[in-house]
Amino acid sequence: MKQVGKGIAKIDGMDIATGRPVYTEDMIPPNTLVIKILRSPHAFAKIKSIDTAEAENLDGVECVLTYKDVPNIRFTLAGQSYPEPSPYDRLILDEIVRYKGDEVAVIAATDEKTAALAIDLINVEYEVYEPVIDFEEADSHQSTVHPENDLHCNFDIGMKKENNIACTHKVQVGDIEEELKKCDVVVEETYYTQAQAQAMMETYRAYSYFDHTGRLVVVSSTQIPFHIKRQLARSLEIPSSKIRVIKPRIGGGFGGKQTGAVEIFAALVTQKTGKPAKIVYSRKETFTCTNSRHAMRLKVRLGADKEGNIKAYDIQGLSDTGAYGEHAPTVFSVAGEKTLPLYNKTNAVRFMGNVVYTNKMPAGALRGYGATQGTFALESAVNKLAKKLNMDPAEIRLKNIINEGETCLTYNGKLLGSSTLRQCIEKGKELINWNEKYPQKELSNNKVRAVGMAVTMQGSGIAGIDTASAGVRLNDDGNFTLLIGSTDMGTGSDTILAQMAAEVLETSIDNITVNAADTDVSPYDPGSYASSTTYVTGMAVVKAAEDLKKKIIKCGAHLLEVSPQEVEFDGKNISATNNTITLKKLAELMVLGIGKQQLVGNATHGSDVSPPPFVAGFAEVEVDKETGKVDLIDYVAVVDCGTVINPKLARIQVEGGIVQGIGLALYEDVKYGKKGGLQTNSFMTYKIPCRKDIGNIRVHFEESYEPTGPFGAKSIGEVVINTPAPAIAHAVYNAVGVTIKSLPITPEKVFMGINK
Amino acid sequence: MQIETTINNKKVTLEAANDEFLADTLRNYGLLSIRQGCDTSCCGLCTVWIDGKPTLSCSTLAFRAQGRSITTIEGVQQEAKKFAEVLVAEGAEQCGFCSPGFIMTVLAMKNELNHPTEEEIVHYLTGNLCRCTGYMGQLRAVKKYLEVK
Ligand code: FES
Ligand code: FES
Repeated sequence: MKQVGKGIAKIDGMDIATGRPVYTEDMIPPNTLVIKILRSPHAFAKIKSIDTAEAENLDGVECVLTYKDVPNIRFTLAGQSYPEPSPYDRLILDEIVRYKGDEVAVIAATDEKTAALAIDLINVEYEVYEPVIDFEEADSHQSTVHPENDLHCNFDIGMKKENNIACTHKVQVGDIEEELKKCDVVVEETYYTQAQAQAMMETYRAYSYFDHTGRLVVVSSTQIPFHIKRQLARSLEIPSSKIRVIKPRIGGGFGGKQTGAVEIFAALVTQKTGKPAKIVYSRKETFTCTNSRHAMRLKVRLGADKEGNIKAYDIQGLSDTGAYGEHAPTVFSVAGEKTLPLYNKTNAVRFMGNVVYTNKMPAGALRGYGATQGTFALESAVNKLAKKLNMDPAEIRLKNIINEGETCLTYNGKLLGSSTLRQCIEKGKELINWNEKYPQKELSNNKVRAVGMAVTMQGSGIAGIDTASAGVRLNDDGNFTLLIGSTDMGTGSDTILAQMAAEVLETSIDNITVNAADTDVSPYDPGSYASSTTYVTGMAVVKAAEDLKKKIIKCGAHLLEVSPQEVEFDGKNISATNNTITLKKLAELMVLGIGKQQLVGNATHGSDVSPPPFVAGFAEVEVDKETGKVDLIDYVAVVDCGTVINPKLARIQVEGGIVQGIGLALYEDVKYGKKGGLQTNSFMTYKIPCRKDIGNIRVHFEESYEPTGPFGAKSIGEVVINTPAPAIAHAVYNAVGVTIKSLPITPEKVFMGINK
Repeated sequence: MQIETTINNKKVTLEAANDEFLADTLRNYGLLSIRQGCDTSCCGLCTVWIDGKPTLSCSTLAFRAQGRSITTIEGVQQEAKKFAEVLVAEGAEQCGFCSPGFIMTVLAMKNELNHPTEEEIVHYLTGNLCRCTGYMGQLRAVKKYLEVK
């Protein structure tokens, strides 16, 4: 292969690196109205009265909008394929405010200062309710976060509003209690995973205007242009055909921008005033008023025989979705979906539990999407089992993991198409020098070095649901335009999709212009989330390019007056035995001349499987016994993402994900006060890893070949965040014997554990 | 308030409010490479040079530019491209939102430190956060660019 498998530079790399104006805010025209939002100071309250007159009279204020000014239609901000599994539990602005920071009024003014002044002139009287803060008390709490009767679910997700249960979920195969009883050993532990902030460097932002035909155009830093379009159409009662959503370059997303945090407010103001309007969230608003990872409690029971054969496991969960149910059912179910198949020599498995509403910032999507939470719990329990049986944790995994060609209880007979997880574990052991370093070594300075490990799987796209379309056009000059609706948020997906098209068309990516994403131009794509772009959109691109290639050959044969079987296309020329036509000439003839048919390849692709990529992660830490401080020395990640389409970009995806995982393991924690105020609203109080916090990270690929993926590829983006938390926790245990049951692993927890 | 300053080697007079920060003034002036990632002087995205020294423009009042010389990445494109080529070849450029500030710090480091060690490099760049890349690729690129072994 000439393009696939090559470490080609990112097509947008030079321009974004050198500071060219390519992001949403860089394109905002002058004289655009500035939007600011008045937010609830209470975690749970009803607006008794709201007086906007004074604010509206302020010079420069264009409009002040409250719940009285918006349609009474519930919807979800979750970016998911229609019909969304997330409940329709929001209004654009509501009489009831459900968390500290919930939107009360939308102000648009000619400049920032005026908008800020206007906020202070709005008088609101609240009837304050008792908020639901602790998610473990939500179901028996006297308050009901969503008392409204018009809340709508597209499916029966098991909602019990009166108990603050947004949804319930249960997957069970076999008789779990019976099988656990039969086991020689059963380990049991309850784990807590915290809320994590996506903390992409570009905060949420969007602007909107009416174009020359009166259509609403929204430019946004979003992962989900087509879903945003649908949300706006529903919530603002505008025909979908009258809306256009454009995504420029995105300054990071990590799932956060799979929820429509700001677009609706820009669109609302433009709809009401007819004028261009922009909304740019501050870091503080991004931390306090958008979304985060779902915090969870996961109780694991894991049973095995004396030889360490895992026979049954049960995970009972509780997830905190905060004030609204964005991604509530799906994040929760993924926590089970990506853990139950991992160890498949079982007789029974179960994953079940509830997702509850609380009066805190809503949770949403964050890289890993539930699998991260589930992996921490399951892998911690597996490490505990290994200890109990006095077995090597790597051995116990090699004994129990699912292998290529095997099935598992939850796969309904389907077989795992590709996996090198076994090799990943072997290779990782070798790279970290496991046999020598496991479990630990005392250093002279009151410090201990130790290693720990974990394995994980994710998916590639959403099986049977997400479908992506792609188009490849042969232009008059013989170059190609690749039309896609996926959203490269820095991952390099535009580049690797161009590589795939180039491979099929036997050209180089310099001859391919990538256009993404604009709902007026791009073929439909759900957007970049659920680890779908390489696998799902990638396959659509391959099929579209093949479709075009066929057409090129057919037209070439026609022009050469031979049959298609008699010609060959090498990317430059279409040749028959004694005659040849260049692609350039063919393109020219087809578009401008006698051909009268511009050639376009089109395809739509969806997959009925979601092949898991795998990672084996190994951590080496140094723990200071005096202070409890944990330093990560070395992290080895061995990855099976199928065929690696671009080794350079894939490697950075792994390194970046591992570091976010390290953040989750050691530093990051979205914290709330007793009254529901979010306490971690800046990079001062919410620490993401900096350069000094990460030690060394080593990445290795053990390629497999996924038969259903483009050139054998699976996903890479999410799976890489899952192993650091359990692997580091394991290493800490091996160092000082402290079991970390709740993330993050702070020096306090380790210190307290040592001194218990 | 009027501010007489030099931006990217050009003498200019800027109009700014008394309480305006330099990052906003520069963006209003059309230098759109200036990005901000925080409101607590933590991220380094807004780094420009004042008299050659890397400075957070988000928390420097615009009037501080009076009589000084400001350099943004627009003003050092040639050198920025040299480093960017190494960075991009490494694959270590992801969303790019942190890059202008990061590159301004890297170039300042090159001017300031002679043959820095890996430790010195990491220390010098610590104030530049990146949420995408995991830093390792950036470090490899910097070492290649500075020819550090
Ligand atoms: S914007 Fe974050 S330090 Fe200046
Ligand atoms: S590349 Fe995205 S923040 Fe650094």
